[in-house]
Amino acid sequence: MAHTPLKFGGLAGIWSDEHQLLKAAEAVRKAGFTRFEAITPFPVHGMDQAMGLKPSWIPWVTFIFGLAGCSLALLFQWYVAAYDWPLNIGGKPFFSLPAFIPVTFELTILFGGLSTVAALFVVCRLPAVNPPIIDTRLTDDRFAIFIAETDKNYDLEKIDQLFRQLGAEEIKKVAEF
Amino acid sequence: MIPRKPLVTGDKTYADITRDICEPVESPISKGWLALFGASGVWFLFYLGIIGVIVFFGTGMMGITHPIGWGTMIVTFVFWIGIGHAGTLISAILFLFRQKWRTGIARSAEAMTIFAVMTAGLFPALHTGRPWLDLWLFPYPNQRGPLWVNFRSPLLWDVFAVSTYFTISLVFWYLGMVPDLATLRDRAKNKVSKLAYGALSLGWRGSNRHWSHYETAYLILAGLSTPLVLSVHSIVSFDFAISLLPGWHTTIFPPYFVAGAIFSGFAMVVTLMILVRIAYPKIRDYVTVDHLEVMNKIIMTTGLMVGYAYGSEFFIAWYSGNIYEKYAFVNRAFGPYWWSYWIMVSCNVLIPQLFWFKSVRRGIVPMFIISIFVNIGMWFERFVITVTSLHRDFLPASWGMFYFTWVDIGLIFGSFGMFFTFFMIFIRFLPMVAIAEVKPVMNVGKPGKGGHH
Repeated sequence: MAHTPLKFGGLAGIWSDEHQLLKAAEAVRKAGFTRFEAITPFPVHGMDQAMGLKPSWIPWVTFIFGLAGCSLALLFQWYVAAYDWPLNIGGKPFFSLPAFIPVTFELTILFGGLSTVAALFVVCRLPAVNPPIIDTRLTDDRFAIFIAETDKNYDLEKIDQLFRQLGAEEIKKVAEF
Repeated sequence: MIPRKPLVTGDKTYADITRDICEPVESPISKGWLALFGASGVWFLFYLGIIGVIVFFGTGMMGITHPIGWGTMIVTFVFWIGIGHAGTLISAILFLFRQKWRTGIARSAEAMTIFAVMTAGLFPALHTGRPWLDLWLFPYPNQRGPLWVNFRSPLLWDVFAVSTYFTISLVFWYLGMVPDLATLRDRAKNKVSKLAYGALSLGWRGSNRHWSHYETAYLILAGLSTPLVLSVHSIVSFDFAISLLPGWHTTIFPPYFVAGAIFSGFAMVVTLMILVRIAYPKIRDYVTVDHLEVMNKIIMTTGLMVGYAYGSEFFIAWYSGNIYEKYAFVNRAFGPYWWSYWIMVSCNVLIPQLFWFKSVRRGIVPMFIISIFVNIGMWFERFVITVTSLHRDFLPASWGMFYFTWVDIGLIFGSFGMFFTFFMIFIRFLPMVAIAEVKPVMNVGKPGKGGHH
């Protein structure tokens, strides 16, 4: 899947402490911004609540595909062993459920696991070719909050002031996010 | 309350962690690495030669013959699969139990899993005798009926278990590495590495909406890997336990195999981590003696579990009143293969007891030696199970002995060459410690530094 560039810029504040960033994210949300994002080198716990994000829906994908893997595996083994070419093996019943459990289990895990990763790729638009990077230190030791210019409350000066109040050590105009 | 020991030693900042872990990847190729890589590469080529002999001349080149149709390949297959289990235990099960010390060793242990399963996977594929027909292991529509595979056979369960295990472990390992690959991309100085790590990092940027989904996905994969890893060695044990052979046909096999797998896998992690600590002294701040001590405690515990299984097998053999079962076990300990049985017991049950002493548990030299003994012992455990059960079954007319050929020895020896070649490539080109996982726990155990959680 190709990366579809979201053609909008905005303003980013950069912090060097994740606890300050948490407070900043909370403040930005309370100031009425909706289109903003935190960028961090590692998952900062509490950030989802600070930003007001809902829990991820990926578990549902895992559940549905895991269930699909389970039923398809069972159905397929029934088709092969009891329907398409029934063979008497050791006098066992054609549909020998206990013997079919291991493969059913493995395929449940396989479908569940691969669909989870596929869902993650879809929701994060990965792989992204050459994504715009606000600052290379954001995968190292800096933390940023980016407010998009498409936000209805977007006002350069006000945001600049807000970021400064919240202790940002650097403020950057971003051309493309 | 006993104070927690720091998980990362030294007074590190986030930038220090990034630099320390990226350094082996970013610095120019050293002579030491080149020498070791060259040596393991030659070792691997030798292994490929042995495999060539088996493919070209057939499995008869090995010592397997009537009545011992399962020899070195199955023994070494179970050995390597078992090694892999510690990696998944560290990355998935300890993750679910919120064991923060796992962060320092998880990445390299997972890499060990991947390479061990790759090494293991070759054996059954070659043991079929005609590996170019291994496609037949999978149920695909064919023009022979279609003649399907037999889903009641534990050997087929193994195909599904091992291939699922490899796929999910690979995905789990890679997913965990994506944020660190993005770090390497952002630090890359030259075009080639920028391009390579840019592609490998899949365009990860660390935005919190992504992290939120990422952490959920990671948790789910850990949750799926946990029953998966337990199922894999259970199914491997079914290869034996589902049969009717005395010495194989026991219900204790699945838990006994899983405990043994974790036991041998942790020993291999200790062996590798000690070598990595010698080669890269900076890693000692991330893989501390405390990490090694915890692993040694696990080795000791699982060693006791394995010892309990050995004892329990003997008890049941006597208590069952079944003469064949009883004979199989007496023959194991006192028959012609008595030496392999006692190597197994000494290496797996007796020697790890030295870990009761703190100085042994925390001493690099003793723990290294013990970890090697455990690996030897666990290879012999699988040898004892496979060969001693087969060589004397119900009819004395079909008794026999197993003799190693040079191809057997070459296979066992060479498989380590394959494993080490891949491991050398891993430590040179990929971050061997999970940067994004170590950073949040770097202040654990350091009072006054906000070491929360």
